Amino acid sequence: MTMTPTSPACASTPRSAPAQTTPARPPQPTAGLLRGLRGLVSTPVNALLTVLALAIAWFLLRPAIEFLFINAVWSGHDRAACLAGEASGETGACWPFITRRIGYFVYGQYPEAQRWRPNLAMALCALNIAAALWPRAPYRGAALFAFVVPFPIISWILLYGPGFSGLVTVPTNLWGGVLVTLVISIVGIVASLPLGVLLALGRRSRMPFVRAASIVFIEVMRGVPLLAVLFMANRMLPLFLPPGVLPDPLVRVMVGVSLFAAAGMAEVIRGGLQALPKGQYEAAAALGLGYWQMMFTVILPQALTLVIPGIVNTFISLFKDTTLVTIVGIFDLLTTIDVSSRDPAWATPVTVSTGYAFAAMFYFICCYAMSRYSAAMERRLAAAGSRS
Amino acid sequence: MKRAPVLMAMACGVAAAMANGAPAAAGVLDQVRQRGQVICGANPGLAGFGVPDDKGKWTGFDVDYCRAISAAVFGDPDKVKYVPLTAKDRFTALQTGEIDVLVRNTTWTMSRDTALGASFTNVNFYDGQAFLVRAKLGLKSALELNGATICVQQGTTNELNMADFFRSHKMEYKPVSFGSAAETVRAYDAGRCDAFTSDSSALHAERLRMTNPSEHVVLPELISREPFGAAVRKGDDQWFDVVRWVGYGLVAAEDAGVTKANVDEKRSSDNPELRRMLGAEGKLGPAIGLPDEWLVNVVRAVGNYGEIYDRHFGETSRLKIPRGLNNLWNKGGLMYAPPLR
Repeated sequence: MTMTPTSPACASTPRSAPAQTTPARPPQPTAGLLRGLRGLVSTPVNALLTVLALAIAWFLLRPAIEFLFINAVWSGHDRAACLAGEASGETGACWPFITRRIGYFVYGQYPEAQRWRPNLAMALCALNIAAALWPRAPYRGAALFAFVVPFPIISWILLYGPGFSGLVTVPTNLWGGVLVTLVISIVGIVASLPLGVLLALGRRSRMPFVRAASIVFIEVMRGVPLLAVLFMANRMLPLFLPPGVLPDPLVRVMVGVSLFAAAGMAEVIRGGLQALPKGQYEAAAALGLGYWQMMFTVILPQALTLVIPGIVNTFISLFKDTTLVTIVGIFDLLTTIDVSSRDPAWATPVTVSTGYAFAAMFYFICCYAMSRYSAAMERRLAAAGSRS
Repeated sequence: MKRAPVLMAMACGVAAAMANGAPAAAGVLDQVRQRGQVICGANPGLAGFGVPDDKGKWTGFDVDYCRAISAAVFGDPDKVKYVPLTAKDRFTALQTGEIDVLVRNTTWTMSRDTALGASFTNVNFYDGQAFLVRAKLGLKSALELNGATICVQQGTTNELNMADFFRSHKMEYKPVSFGSAAETVRAYDAGRCDAFTSDSSALHAERLRMTNPSEHVVLPELISREPFGAAVRKGDDQWFDVVRWVGYGLVAAEDAGVTKANVDEKRSSDNPELRRMLGAEGKLGPAIGLPDEWLVNVVRAVGNYGEIYDRHFGETSRLKIPRGLNNLWNKGGLMYAPPLR
């Protein structure tokens, strides 16, 4: 019984005590915060651990804060500005490298006079996403449909400007930076969800051919690294096709990324389908619903809700995987930064670190937003589920 | 048996379709004209040779070479589409017809020139492996490196060339090798080694990424041969000639003192050599399928070879790579163009 000194201490922590006494009252935020803070120093051991954790955080964070803010250089025209801090031995980020080149990092080589087009497309995209995802917006279904069908077509016309549109054609080899990152990931996200649903249903189908085809597709795509898929799309395809019928490199990559994500998505959705009790299928069948009616009104709404974390996880990894397109000569955000850091006008010891810090912030903000949205959706759906 | 004629017809149709699309059907020069663009395989980003500037516009030595070809064909240097290629992809892209010409700091070697389906037209930059040392050591030559500790990237030809160099000069050295180029540079910058070895142009670029670039110098000896050249697909002599003579034309222009500023004046001079070269007399341009004033357009757009070099590598540029082997033949270099006549 040597553990007696510690176990009462644990049992009497304020964290658990109020929970026992007031189980029915909803928690109050300020009280929760205070309780949390008190918990940090409730016992000598806890206090010591708190101090230790703060010290570690300080040691890790201090250099980052110094690099990103305190020692950072904020204005200048070229590398000379960035070297000023270097000479005094205080290494800091070189933000003019980002601010002077932000146009390149966002649009790539997209002609400056035409940049209103990606701007408009991005604004449309933001509005459409907001309308489709904001729970209280009216006509969410219509907005969702608009995002999947008309929006990609409109933005393609806007960005590329095919002959009939009357816009100046901007070939995809001039697209770059954030624009390309967003285009590839949005196309991947929009295409992979419906494809993934079909593949998941196909894999559970009773029709042997459909099932075999789905299994082969999913297993082959999942069994191959995305890098290999991109290489196949970009380097092998031209060898097999006669010249002149080769699709655009960016299109090739978008198809590759979408198919790859669809295979992963199919497995996530299959998990949801399998988690549903058999009774749901039987009850729907007993009501006389046909296969598609049963799937779309009873099974899929429940199955998809179950696997929201998995779906968003697939989206997030798809978003980050777009950085791999650099290998096939497409300039996404990370590549534009990497390439810019080699420009003799900017090359300094801190240029690369500054660029990567900027890229990390961008990717983190995007992925964190997706993750927070999915968490909010889960809470809402869980609440809705418990009411019904 | 009944189906045979149908199959035959289909086979013929496919064959006809393939023949129509095959690159051999029309010469590359005609394809380029029809397309209105030269497609140039380029480095995705290499200091001095090709990097995007603040506005995202490609600039650099190899980029200007592509622009020169475009100027020769179209009279306009901006009709170029750049396809950024990794070192692995470059020859595939040339073989499949994805690009018309490869100007991507590619070392001209026998096997590449013969077995890879590429033909090198001429050398545009003579590079070679060199050593970077701290200026305060006061070294003047690589032959003074006896006993030095040298940072090198693992598994590169640099490692082997260095071994040969020190062995043949009966000198001692201690190699410290690293997995990546970045690690190697960092180790040298941190003082792990006395010297750092890589290709000369790369050393000049890496120097800018060091804490204090002016504290480092590149020693003059080149211990290996890395002639960078432009390459085209085998089997199209006309296009090969165009690319080759644009390259020679740039050198010949420098040799004859034709610059961006004086090209129009020189064209109307009495010098017969200049008049032939700049298309005022003779039919040199049309012989390779280009307009009479092809070289005038080239020099007007990008300048002569020396002007291109100075813009990206010269004393006024940031890289400051001495002309060395890239100087004209009569100034101690290797740049020599056969006569344009």
